[in-house]
Amino acid sequence: MKAEQQYIDLYRQCKEMIAAHSAEAMNALREQAFADFQRMGFPTRKVEKYKYTDVAKLFEPDYGLNLNRLDIPVNPADAFKCDVPNMSTSLYFMLNDGFDRRDLPKASLPDGVLVGSLRELTATHPELAARYGKLADTSRDAVTALNTMLAQDGLLIYVPKDVVVERPIQVVNLLRSAVDFMVNRRVLIVLEDGAQARLLMCDHAMDRVKFLATQVIEVFVGKDAVFDLYELEETHNNTVRFSNLYVHQEAGSNVLLNSMTLHNGTTRNTAEVTLDGRGAEVQMLGMAIEDKQQQVDNNTFIDHRASDCTSNELYKYVLDDSAVGAFAGKVLVREGAQRTSSQQTNRNLCATREARMYTQPQLEIYADDVKCSHGATVGQLDENALFYMRQRGIGEREARLLLMFAFVNEVVDQIRLDALKDRLHLLVEKRFRGELNKCQGCVICK
Amino acid sequence: MQDEPNKLVKEIAAEKYKYGFTTDIHTDIIERGLNEDVVRLISEKKGEPDWLMEFRLNAFRYWQTLEMPRWAHLDIPDIDFQAISYYAAPKARKEGPKSMDEVDPELIKTFNKLGIPLEEQMALSGVAVDAVMDSVSVKTTYKEALIERGIIFCSISEAVREHPDLVRKYLGSVVPYRDNFFAALNSAVFSDGSFVFIPKGVRCPMELSTYFRINAANTGQFERTLIVADDDSYVSYLEGCTAPMRDENQLHAAIVEIVVNNRAEVKYSTVQNWYPGDAEGKGGVYNFVTKRGNCRGVDSKLSWTQVETGSAITWKYPSCILTGDNSQAEFYSVAVTNNFQQADTGTKMIHLGKNTRSTIISKGISAGRSQNSYRGLVRVAAKADGARNYSQCDSLLLGDKCGAHTFPYMDIHNETAVVEHEATTSKISEDQLFYCNQRGIPTEDAVGLIVNGYAKEVLNKLPMEFAVEAQKLLAISLEGSVG
Repeated sequence: MKAEQQYIDLYRQCKEMIAAHSAEAMNALREQAFADFQRMGFPTRKVEKYKYTDVAKLFEPDYGLNLNRLDIPVNPADAFKCDVPNMSTSLYFMLNDGFDRRDLPKASLPDGVLVGSLRELTATHPELAARYGKLADTSRDAVTALNTMLAQDGLLIYVPKDVVVERPIQVVNLLRSAVDFMVNRRVLIVLEDGAQARLLMCDHAMDRVKFLATQVIEVFVGKDAVFDLYELEETHNNTVRFSNLYVHQEAGSNVLLNSMTLHNGTTRNTAEVTLDGRGAEVQMLGMAIEDKQQQVDNNTFIDHRASDCTSNELYKYVLDDSAVGAFAGKVLVREGAQRTSSQQTNRNLCATREARMYTQPQLEIYADDVKCSHGATVGQLDENALFYMRQRGIGEREARLLLMFAFVNEVVDQIRLDALKDRLHLLVEKRFRGELNKCQGCVICK
Repeated sequence: MQDEPNKLVKEIAAEKYKYGFTTDIHTDIIERGLNEDVVRLISEKKGEPDWLMEFRLNAFRYWQTLEMPRWAHLDIPDIDFQAISYYAAPKARKEGPKSMDEVDPELIKTFNKLGIPLEEQMALSGVAVDAVMDSVSVKTTYKEALIERGIIFCSISEAVREHPDLVRKYLGSVVPYRDNFFAALNSAVFSDGSFVFIPKGVRCPMELSTYFRINAANTGQFERTLIVADDDSYVSYLEGCTAPMRDENQLHAAIVEIVVNNRAEVKYSTVQNWYPGDAEGKGGVYNFVTKRGNCRGVDSKLSWTQVETGSAITWKYPSCILTGDNSQAEFYSVAVTNNFQQADTGTKMIHLGKNTRSTIISKGISAGRSQNSYRGLVRVAAKADGARNYSQCDSLLLGDKCGAHTFPYMDIHNETAVVEHEATTSKISEDQLFYCNQRGIPTEDAVGLIVNGYAKEVLNKLPMEFAVEAQKLLAISLEGSVG
């Protein structure tokens, strides 16, 4: 049986049920998404964009879905304690793909700022509902189409004009199920002109069953707005994650996207950033530490449509055991996007023979007054540096750890949240030492 | 300062292809179209043995199952493979020329226009020319000096007759007919090309050179070059081309195969300047080439150097398979595109042996409305311990309507590999131009200087006679096209 068929059948059979437990804005796009999905099917590895991830195979197993939106009897606030101490955030939970309304943070957000369920807020705010699906084009990507076709709820964040949200917003995505489970999460983020916000999203899998999570995030960043998005994945070897991120930036806006993979099974992150106004700036950071059979595939696309924009990319991978890493980054500079500055760097460490790294930094440039560069390396730790340290009495294992630590710290150090940065230094070190991230007071790791 | 360069761009755009002329020679052309009978006819006309005809037919049958590749960053118009005549040979006088006097005077005139030293100059420059005009070898010089050392340098058809065992052993061993669409096509209909064999321990005393030209109207040209360097040998091989002006697009699908055995070294240099089409993008040669070398032996070395200035469409990836331990490969390339030219070129370095090293230096220069892409692959197989690669791809943009793209792929399956890739894209620096202007160097000359300096790293790798030609070509293609 083709992997697509079960999803096509599922949609045909459960259309009404899906729509009944969702919002009008989301239902409006379903039929088109279904048609697109049927037409495209899952991309094969012959499709350049999915060369290193066998999508159909990952979607093949039979996963359960909670289309009826049955309540999950867990209070995430009890089950989960954030392990980033000293960080004061407005903490929210997503349980599988639904926004959790229990124990909402007491600290109030500035006036007009909305953080809540996509399903509820699109019903009450038609102007926000109108933005849904505007960036995530279902005709171009099968996973986006599938997500649009099945997603019933998710997260919506809205920051009005010139409002600065001082406290970082933290959203913890918890995956919880007794059976193999599929989750289709949807996120819509709108920052009006001059708004500022920081968002930290963490993925945690709480049960040792197989999870398949698709996620589509749409981010609208208005003129001169500032937005930071940190995504931290700490799941387990049986999770499959497909995240498609679409960012639209207007003139003068500044965005930082940071995706960190500490523990995972198979991860595919796609990020598409459109710089659509003069002077927009984007910084993309990525880090993956992998061992066993883990796989991380980051695919980025930056579209320079306007002049004087800047983009910076830095992705670092450390691969151990039989891990597979892939990075494909494309920068497109359109005609007229003069004075573009674009830099892309991908550096990778392979620790074993079985580890494989595929990297593909690409530039497509149609304007002449530009400064674009990319660099990619695959290699090992510097033998000279190792020798130097051992000479000074540092054991080989310790020296290796130090060097690996320094290697990924280049990414961690760019984090603009100090508490998170400190915490990550620790998490990364623990990860390298092969220790589980046992954190105080959290039931997940117990 | 803004007005003047624009004027220069226009002038350059209006410049006609300097090498556009047609030689009036009677050619022996077979009917247009392609089917098994045509393949058989080509084989018969050349009096080939059965195994070769079988090879061609297999290739043709396989080709029929393939589709035209579309993955390159090229806008390729549909090619009607049935509208092409697959064989054109200059009408040989009964016996074929034995000395210069017997060579068709028109042909010699053509070569002279191109400035090829086929006569005395040749002796002076020490170049042996295996002149290929519309696929069939017309004249081979310096044969005697080569024969003394046991070096075989002749046309492929001659090699099939004289050295069938060698040809049979190596033909298709590096580029099998199943390799790709154009390789299959070439394997089915290849008309002629060069064969080089350097025996054990021989260092070829001169640079071997062939001159490819596309001459008769509407004939695709399908050369096949096979170079075999046996243990401890060395050869430097030169290939250069210019083509007459044509209105209809011409198809060119060549194959170059190189086998490098233990401790041998092959240096392959090429300057390609086929008709690129006019300023409106009309006409021009379609160049779909498969070039590959296999460093089979230990400590072997293969070096590709190319200067690409011509062709409307270029699809070319000279590659190296580093099979032998400690083998080395180099790829140096300058690709210039102007007007409506499109180039998708680069290299593949496949590291299979231990301690293999490869270097890639690619310089792209785009002007006018052209599109210039670098596409490369570095693959390090699981057993290739200690492999090392360094790649550098720079692009220079002259004008705001052109495009420069880089698509490098790196597949690393071994932890001891060290692979580095760097690429930059920029336009000619205003500071450098200003500096030159300040010292009384006009903008036009300054651009020439800067571009030549930019490409120097690659041009330096060319043999002397070629370097001069290449510099001239760069000047013709680019002078003043800066905005």
